Amino acid sequence: MRHVDIVDLAASYADAPVLDGITLGIDRGQIVSLIGPSGSGKSTLLRVLMGLLPPKRGHVELDGEKIDYAKREQVRRLRDRFAIVFQQYNLFQNMTVLSNVTIAPVKIKKRDRAEVEREAKELLAKVGLADKLSAYPDELSGGQQQRVAVARALALKPEVLLLDEVTSSLDPELVKEVLDTIRLLAKEGMTMLIVSHEMGFVREVSAKVVFMDAGRVVEEGAPAEIFDRPQEARTQEFVEKILRH
Amino acid sequence: MWQRLVEEAPQFFGYYNLIFLAEAALATFALSAVGCVLGFLLGFLIAVVRRTLAWELLPVRSLAFIFTEFFRRVPFLVTLMLVFFIFQGLGANISVFTVALISVVLIATAFIAEIIRAGLESVHRNQWDAAAAMNFSLWQTIWLVTMPQAWKIILPPAFSFFILFIKDTALASQIGVLELTYAAKVLNNKGFSAALVFGSVLVLYFALSYPLTRLGMWMEARLATRRHR
Repeated sequence: MRHVDIVDLAASYADAPVLDGITLGIDRGQIVSLIGPSGSGKSTLLRVLMGLLPPKRGHVELDGEKIDYAKREQVRRLRDRFAIVFQQYNLFQNMTVLSNVTIAPVKIKKRDRAEVEREAKELLAKVGLADKLSAYPDELSGGQQQRVAVARALALKPEVLLLDEVTSSLDPELVKEVLDTIRLLAKEGMTMLIVSHEMGFVREVSAKVVFMDAGRVVEEGAPAEIFDRPQEARTQEFVEKILRH
Repeated sequence: MWQRLVEEAPQFFGYYNLIFLAEAALATFALSAVGCVLGFLLGFLIAVVRRTLAWELLPVRSLAFIFTEFFRRVPFLVTLMLVFFIFQGLGANISVFTVALISVVLIATAFIAEIIRAGLESVHRNQWDAAAAMNFSLWQTIWLVTMPQAWKIILPPAFSFFILFIKDTALASQIGVLELTYAAKVLNNKGFSAALVFGSVLVLYFALSYPLTRLGMWMEARLATRRHR
């Protein structure tokens, strides 16, 4: 059984369709990467999965259990098992770095504060922010905020992690650190859906690469298939452009 | 004129007049305080209701919208009359003071609801998204994430409103509520000079609103210290 099955998901902003029937399966512990031009619906797909944008049609199956996004209780259960790192990080501006990471496990998941804090400090040390525990988001660089966001998502101990452009504002040294963390998580069996423009990384870590354009899945397959032997003309065009670049 | 003030003063500041003024000041204080406190709580509730998305709450949301838009547009004096005549029409035997209390709460709620709504709206969408993605309830989002960021937008206009509001309670004199302005008119009619009477009332209004300004400054320092985007 697939861990996550996305079935015919469609969504629109105002009346402009942005997702046009996405069907996609993700196995447990698999890393699937979404690539494609800006505006192709990659980030929107993550938002819809997280229940932040109600889909027009379609649904998601988690371990075969159907999630209906119109039912608040079902969305709640899904969010309990998912975590997302937003492209804009979305850190709580009124909280310190440590509080950003601990608030949901403590207040929402009702876990023991001391234990959560210990774990949060470990996570933050892992992403190189051990000395920023009491800093506020607006005192940090984009890359630092992004790493806090990664730590915050991991502190939730999700089964499925959604990453939206998670390396876009990191400097090269940190890209490696964050990517190493992601690789480690993958080894530990976390399922991941990644939106990325970091093609080298996508190629290296993904079990499956999905090329999206205009709200549709154009082509999916192993990284070598998509990057070296794309079947669709649109994929060929995109891959050619980015590889030349 | 100075001569006259000095002559009148001992009689004006006599025991009965002081009690009379104190009672009036207390009424003004009560109207303002109840208006501000209840207005803030109810206004907060309305602002939150207007943030909900569930379709089941659509009727409540519409009601909240109509309420705020209506009472922000109706002049205070008209609201007073409206409440007065509605209760009279219902045959309810309530005091003019109660009528005034109800009116101030209606008006304050409508205005403060708008101020708080603006504060909540000022918090970036992505803060709501992050909270929702981590299963925060609406109340948890508001208490833990958005209100702490909205205080700095809410407090300055809220306190300007409170201060305007203390002065607006003077309109309650029009339906016969004994508050500061009404007391001033009574004393003036008794023959005390306008300068002495209204001068004293001015000092009392100042004494009521100044601590409020200080409270506002204190709250801003406490709640809106950190700079956020």
